Amino acid sequence: MLSRFSSFLFLSFLGLIAFSSCKKETSTIMPVNELDGLQLASSFTDSLNGNIVSLFTPSGKFQTGYNDVFLQIKDKSGNLINNATITWTPTMVMMSNSHGCPASGIIKKANALFTYQGYLAFQMASNSSEYWKLTIQYNINGQSFKTNGVINVVPSTARTLQSFVGNDGMRYVVALAEPQQPKAGINDMVAIVYQMPSSFSFIPVSGYKLKIDPRMPSMGNHSSPNNQDLTQGADQKYYGKLSLTMTGQWRINMQLLNAADSIIMGEQITPSNESSSLYFDISF
Amino acid sequence: MCKKVLSGFLIAALFSGHLSLAQKQANHGTDSLARHLDEVIIITNKSAAQKYEKPLGSIESYLEKSECVNMVRRGAYAWEPYVNGMASERSVTTIGGMRIYAACTDKMDPVTSYVEVSNLSKAIIHNGTSGASTGSTIAGSIDLQPTKAGFGERQLKGRGLLGFESNNGQKIVGGGISFSQPKWYVDVNTTFRNAGDYHAGGGQEILYSQFTKWNFAANAGYKLGEHKEIEASLIYDKATNVGYPALPMDVSLAKAFIGSLSYTQHHISSTIHLWETKIYHNDITHKMDDSKRPYVPIRMDMPGKSRTTGFYSKLVGESGNNHWISTLSGHQNQSRADMTMFANAPGQKDMYMLTWPNVFTNYLDAFVTDDIALSEKFSINISTGIAVHNNVVKDTFGLESLQIFYPEMQRSRTRVLTRASIATQYVQKNWAFKLSVSYGTRAPSVSEGYGFYLFNSFDGYDYIGNPMMRNEKSTSLSAGVSYSKGMLMTKVSSSVFYISDYIVGVPNPQLSGMTIGGNGVKVYQQVSWARIANVVADVNLHLSDNWQWNNNFGYRRGVAALIGNIPFIQPFSYSSDLGYKYKSYGINISMFGNARHNLINPQFGERNLPPFVVFNLSASKQFQIRKLPLMAKAGVENLADTYYATFSDWNAIPRMGRNFYLNLIVSFN
Ligand SMILES: [Cu+2]
Ligand SMILES: [Cu+2]
Repeated sequence: MLSRFSSFLFLSFLGLIAFSSCKKETSTIMPVNELDGLQLASSFTDSLNGNIVSLFTPSGKFQTGYNDVFLQIKDKSGNLINNATITWTPTMVMMSNSHGCPASGIIKKANALFTYQGYLAFQMASNSSEYWKLTIQYNINGQSFKTNGVINVVPSTARTLQSFVGNDGMRYVVALAEPQQPKAGINDMVAIVYQMPSSFSFIPVSGYKLKIDPRMPSMGNHSSPNNQDLTQGADQKYYGKLSLTMTGQWRINMQLLNAADSIIMGEQITPSNESSSLYFDISF
Repeated sequence: MCKKVLSGFLIAALFSGHLSLAQKQANHGTDSLARHLDEVIIITNKSAAQKYEKPLGSIESYLEKSECVNMVRRGAYAWEPYVNGMASERSVTTIGGMRIYAACTDKMDPVTSYVEVSNLSKAIIHNGTSGASTGSTIAGSIDLQPTKAGFGERQLKGRGLLGFESNNGQKIVGGGISFSQPKWYVDVNTTFRNAGDYHAGGGQEILYSQFTKWNFAANAGYKLGEHKEIEASLIYDKATNVGYPALPMDVSLAKAFIGSLSYTQHHISSTIHLWETKIYHNDITHKMDDSKRPYVPIRMDMPGKSRTTGFYSKLVGESGNNHWISTLSGHQNQSRADMTMFANAPGQKDMYMLTWPNVFTNYLDAFVTDDIALSEKFSINISTGIAVHNNVVKDTFGLESLQIFYPEMQRSRTRVLTRASIATQYVQKNWAFKLSVSYGTRAPSVSEGYGFYLFNSFDGYDYIGNPMMRNEKSTSLSAGVSYSKGMLMTKVSSSVFYISDYIVGVPNPQLSGMTIGGNGVKVYQQVSWARIANVVADVNLHLSDNWQWNNNFGYRRGVAALIGNIPFIQPFSYSSDLGYKYKSYGINISMFGNARHNLINPQFGERNLPPFVVFNLSASKQFQIRKLPLMAKAGVENLADTYYATFSDWNAIPRMGRNFYLNLIVSFN
C-alpha cells in the first residue's frame, strides 16, 4: 500500500515536470532535431552548380528490402533548401538486364522544414559488378536540377522482401515496412505491395489483402493469436497487426489476395505444409 | 474454529508461566474440544517412542497425516499441499504467520519445501473458507510454527540427529543448540539431507528423483521488560540438484531466506492480554535445469524469484465471555519468472519470454474473530475479515505480451476480498458437536492471472493466465461429531464447499501450443460452479496403557461445471495403526490403502489407478548413554515392496518401494 502511495506521488511529480517542460518547448522550433535518429547514407554533389543532395536512413545504410529514406538539399553556400519538389529513379545496373525498384513519392517530413522523406524497396544487394544508381530530379523556385550517384545496397539480415510472379501471371514485389524494431506483444505491421508490369514500372496495387500467419519454425511451428490481416490504408500501404508471443526467429507466412479475393500468391499453413511460398522472416 | 481453541490455549500457556512446547502439547490433550476438533500436527516431539511417525521424516510426511491435507507429489521432494482437495492457490501457507509466495511457475517449490521438521514445532491447519488470520482463502490455511528455545531457567540444551534410508540412500545429519535465560534466549539448528534416486516397488529406479537440502534456522529473544519482548528469527534453506521425475525439468537451485522481527507485549490491560507485531521479509530464488535430461526438444533456462515483505499486528483480548483476536496484516510480493529457449539451429536468436511478468501483489487485511462462551457447554465463534488486493504488472515487455490475449487489460487491478464465518460448538458429556457456515473469496494467483505459456506436464497443455477474472467465491458448510468414552475415541466430520466462479484451465482449440509435443493451450477461465465434499472418520482405541489402535477413513468428491470430475481428488482411503509400548520400547505396525481411483478426469491427464494397500513396521527404544538420552527408531516402509501410485502422484509416478530406515536422536541438557 505504501509503495502504491509513493508511486502515486512519484507519478504526480513526474507529471509536473513534464507539464512545465512542455510549456517551454512549444515556443521554439528546433530545426536541429530534424535528423534525430538518422545517419548519413550517401550524398551527391552536383558538379554544375555545387548543390549537395544528402540521403539519410536510420541505420546509415541501404539494405535489401524496404528503406525509409530522408533527403536534404544544400546550395553551394551551405543553405538548406526548404521549398524543393523532388522525384527519384532507382536503377539497378546489371550485366544482362537492368531494372528499377518500388519507390515512393517524396514529401516533406512531418514537422520538418528542410527534410524530405520517401521510401525505396531494393530487391537485390549491390555486388562487385552490379550496382544501384539513384537519379534525383528536383525543382527549386522553378528551376530544375538533376543529379545522380551510385549507392551501396547491403543484404539485410532477414528476408523482408519478396519478388514473384503471381497466379495471375503478373510480377509483384511485396516488402515489409514495419515493424523495424519488433517487440513481444502486438506490433503494427505495415507492408507495401507493388505490381511490376515492366522492369522499370512499379505500381502500388489497390484493394488487395495480405493474410498473415506468424510461426516459429524452431519451436514446432507454433503460431500466435489475435493477428490482423493487412488491408490498404489511405497512403496505399497495407496495415495490420502482428502478434509475437516471444523473442526469437519468426516466419511471417502470407497469402496475397487480390480485390476479387482470389489468391495471387502463398499457401495456408497446415500440419503437412510448414511454410507458405510467400513469407518474411523476423528475428529479434 | 479449531485454531481459535488452540490459540486460546497458547495464550493460556503463555500466561501460566513459561511452559515448554512439549508441556503445551501435553496440556492440550486435556481439553476435549481441542482433542476432538483440532487440526494440529505436532512435529517436534520429544518423546518420540510414543509417536508412530518417523521423527526425521519429511515435513510432507507429517502434513499428510492431516485428514484435510493431501500432498501432490512430483518426485521425492517438495510436495504440494492440497487442503480439502484443493490446490495450493486455494489455501494460504505461512511460516510463523509470514506470507511467502513460491518462486516456481511449475509448483516445484511450495512454501512447505523451505522448512525442516527439526525447526518446526507444529503445523496448525485451519480447515475451511474463513477464520484464517493469515489471509483470504477458499480451502483453508496451514501455519507452520517454528520451534524456539524461549525464555526460562538458565539452561543449555543440544540435540544431534542422524538418519539413514535404504531405498534412496538418504542420509540425514543435523543438530541444534539452544540457550535460555530468564531475560534472553538464542537457538540455532541445522539439517542436511542428501538422497539418490528412489526405487519403486519391484525395484525400478525412478530416474531424476535425487535431492540435496540444507536448512539452517536461528532464533533469538530479549525481554525489554517483564511483559515486553523482542524476538528475531531466520531461516535459510538451500536445495540443490533436485530431481522431479514426474516433470520434464529438474531444479539446480531452490533457495530461501526468511527473516522476521517481532515485538510482543503481555498484560496490557484487563481486556487486552497480548499485542504481537511482526515485520518480515523473505526472498526465494528458483533455478530450473534440464541439463541432466538426455532428450529434450529444446533446451531452456527458467529462473524465478519471489520476494515478500510484510507485517502483522495482532491483539488478543477478553471481555466477559468473549475471547477475541483482531489482526491487521499486509504484505507486498514481487513474483518474476522468465524463460529462455535456446534455438537448436546455430546462428538463430534464442527465444525469450516472461512467464511471470514481474507481478507485484499488494495486500492489506483486517480480521477479527471472537469466541463467545454462551454456557459451559455451548460456544459460538464469529469471524470476519476484509482485504484489499492489488496486482501490478511491472514489466512492460510482459504486459504487452499479455495484451496480445487481452488488449483491454490494465497494468494494475485492485479488488476487495471478504470472508466471514459462524461456528458453534456444543459439548455434552462424552459428545462434542460442531457446525459451521462460512463464506470466503480469493483473487486469482499469479499464474492464474498473469502466467504466460506455463506448461503443465500432467495434461500436456500450455496455460495462459487471465487478468480479467473476477474473485472466486466459496460458501462452505462443515459439521463434526465426536464421541469418547472409556477406551473409545471416535469422530466423524464432513465439509462441503460450494464454489462459484471456479477458476480452471479450459482448452482453447483456436490457440496454438508453444511446447513441442504438447496438446495445445488452456486459458484460465471461470466456470459457474464447483462442489467439493469431504468426509473423514476416526476410530481410536486406547486398548490399555500399552496398546493403542488408531483407524482413519477418508473420502472426497469434487465436480465442477464444464469440466466434470475435479482432478487430484482422494478416493476412499483408510489407514490403521497399532502401537505397543513397554517401558522405553515401542513397536508399531500400520497399513494404508486406497480404493480404486476411477472418478478421474482424463482431460487433466488423470488415469484409472488400481487399489492398493501398503504395510509399515517400526520399533523404537529410548537409551541412556552416559546419561545422554538417545532415541533410536528403526523401521521398514512398504514392507511387501508393492508397486503403486496414488491419486496425488503427478503423472502417476510410482511411490517408493520397500525402505528400511534408522533415525537416531541424541539430546543433552
Ligand atoms: Cu517460440
Ligand atoms: Cu521450477
